[in-house]
Amino acid sequence: MVSLEARPRTRAAGPAPAAGRKRSPYSSWFYLPAAIIYAVLFLVPTVTSFYFSLTRWSIFDSQFIGFDNYVTFFREPALVSGLWHTVVYAVLTSGLKVVLGLGLAVLLTSQIIGRGYLRSVVFFPVLVSTIGVGLTFTILMDPEEGLINESLSLLGIQGPGWLTDPGYALVSVALVDVWKGVGLATLIYIAGIVSIPQEYFEAARVDGATAWQNFRSIVLPLARPATFTVILLSLIGGLRSFDLIWAMTRGGPGFTSDVIASVIYKQYQAGFYGLSTAGNVVLFLLVTAIIFPLSRYLNSKEVDL
Amino acid sequence: MKRRQIGLAVFSAATLALGACSAGSLGSSDEEGGGGKVTLSFLTDNQPETVKIAEGLAKDFTAKNPDITVNVETRPQGTEGDNIVKTRLSTGDMTDVFMYNSGSLMQALAPQKNLTAVDDFAGQLDDNFKKAVGSDGKIYGVPFGNYMAGAILYNKEVYDKNGLKVPTTWDEFQANNAKLKAAGVDPVIQTYGETWTSQLFILGDYHNVEAASPGWADQYTKNQAKYATTPAAKAGFDHLQQVHDAGYVNKDFASAKLTDGLNKLAKGEGAQYPILSAMVSQLIADNPGSENKIGLFAIPGSDAARNGLTVWAPNGLYIPSSTTGDKLEAAKKFLGFVASPDGCASMGQASTPTGPYAVTGCKLPDSVPQAVKDMQTYIDKQGASSLALEFLSPVKGPALEQICVEVGSGIRKADAAAKLYDEDVKKQAQQLGLEGW
Repeated sequence: MVSLEARPRTRAAGPAPAAGRKRSPYSSWFYLPAAIIYAVLFLVPTVTSFYFSLTRWSIFDSQFIGFDNYVTFFREPALVSGLWHTVVYAVLTSGLKVVLGLGLAVLLTSQIIGRGYLRSVVFFPVLVSTIGVGLTFTILMDPEEGLINESLSLLGIQGPGWLTDPGYALVSVALVDVWKGVGLATLIYIAGIVSIPQEYFEAARVDGATAWQNFRSIVLPLARPATFTVILLSLIGGLRSFDLIWAMTRGGPGFTSDVIASVIYKQYQAGFYGLSTAGNVVLFLLVTAIIFPLSRYLNSKEVDL
Repeated sequence: MKRRQIGLAVFSAATLALGACSAGSLGSSDEEGGGGKVTLSFLTDNQPETVKIAEGLAKDFTAKNPDITVNVETRPQGTEGDNIVKTRLSTGDMTDVFMYNSGSLMQALAPQKNLTAVDDFAGQLDDNFKKAVGSDGKIYGVPFGNYMAGAILYNKEVYDKNGLKVPTTWDEFQANNAKLKAAGVDPVIQTYGETWTSQLFILGDYHNVEAASPGWADQYTKNQAKYATTPAAKAGFDHLQQVHDAGYVNKDFASAKLTDGLNKLAKGEGAQYPILSAMVSQLIADNPGSENKIGLFAIPGSDAARNGLTVWAPNGLYIPSSTTGDKLEAAKKFLGFVASPDGCASMGQASTPTGPYAVTGCKLPDSVPQAVKDMQTYIDKQGASSLALEFLSPVKGPALEQICVEVGSGIRKADAAAKLYDEDVKKQAQQLGLEGW
């Protein structure tokens, strides 16, 4: 969905019609229904959540306590590790999605047999419910009876406890996230590669360029808008990822795969509503602090086709 | 034309929204003035056993009081159900009678404000239970279900085969474990696939803590005692670490689930399983014929003479303050029935009891499983049982499960874990606005 939005924007950065703002033939009142929905469902909750993060509230009453929630939240022992895990998770998943997505997209835009079928196979995991994927992989990754370790043992390899070994849990979940999300990255890359004009490739062929040179000098730079879109989307997704981690490990074993979103959820579950609201504000600020400058930087480096 | 359509759309959306707000309270105005007939609504969680018991109670009560009908409604279990109860209470939209936890979770409902005191039934209730539903010297609920214990379930056949005796100190327990391991049986079953099962060595050890330093719960609530600095309290974390370090746990402890653990115990692949005694009913249901194979003993401490059982009070039935008039009278009658031997009989018929009743004059039938009989011997003996910490103090840290999993898997040492848990607890105490934190 969001990928669709990204394309026109890169176009608009190009030689957009420089015509000045024309008066719209429609009255501004047409904005009203959408504006009301936006205000009620998005603006009001955002503003009130900033306020409630400064209170200790339950369903019965609330009490203003200043910045105490933030102090407690940053003293939360699981938070520091959770913050670190979040960054590791986000960087790992978005890095792998870029590399694998690009590789798959190059493969799936070339002349291979069953291209359409393979494209749908790669995209299929994106359509499946995250919780379903999580539960399936929890079973596949079971250390004793899981399909993965049983297959490995046929080869004589003793597989690790993918989700129960503290050293592997976070990485295992990240890999499943990549499996599930790489289809979307591939799709964005395919769109990016297909939109590169054929003339470049023809010129390269005349010059006798190899496949690697084609990739290095044409595909890679001209698919840059797609790369930026993939990086931004998967980084945002990785920073606030929750559902897959919760379905697979619940942050465990212990706190070894806790990310900031699961820490927040646990505070909420424990009835620490003010504390978890403060956590949400922290997450909001964190995502903004990473994504906003990054997106400005990436957009400034975009090139036109 | 268009403007009118938009107006209509807004209007109908608004009516829909208003309608949604009041849908829950439709029931109350319908049945008034029905010639002395009263219909009570009764909310329980949706666990099959609970629903069976609730419906049994409703039926047997109506048989005795034909003018009063009780309709059972269900809600989800866990956090989601908690939120439903709290939301409905705060909006005055609660059913006439509802089932909810006793102890610290019940205190979180602000009983003075939201519940109706039912002191009339005090004489019918067991002392431990009165503590669990009392606030400011008043009693707010009657027991729904049985006591359960946090204890060690053990396979009697495995014990007999290896010539073992029920241990009363930790050293004896460890000696048993060594023999079991040598005999090729997993001495202690742990199941971290369901994290809550990891806490029993700490929560079920509370009787020993209380025996070593009486009144610990009070000091703990007032921030005068800590897990990290009270050796008897820290012992629980130590035990968890010792069992892991000695390799006494089953190989698949990290991914096994409660059901796996129960089956292992029933089949004799594992000898002992620290768990809640209520799980016996699931064990028997899944492994028919094991009623008398599984015994129960309290978690051993340092002193054999003072070793005893830690018990959890049953859930309570409560009347919200929104129930008034005829309905209040009827609701009180219903609670009186539940807190009577007739009520116990009705519950016992709906589901095999897995622990003693909290109502005076209620006796367990002889057909109860061995583990329940073992439990009863502790309860009958003066001073051999005490309530779990969560009924004596409102302070329980939410991350205890994860911390226990860490200790039990060798990720964190007992000392560090006790300190970490003290930090976790602090948050809870501050949220509750307790003095001294």
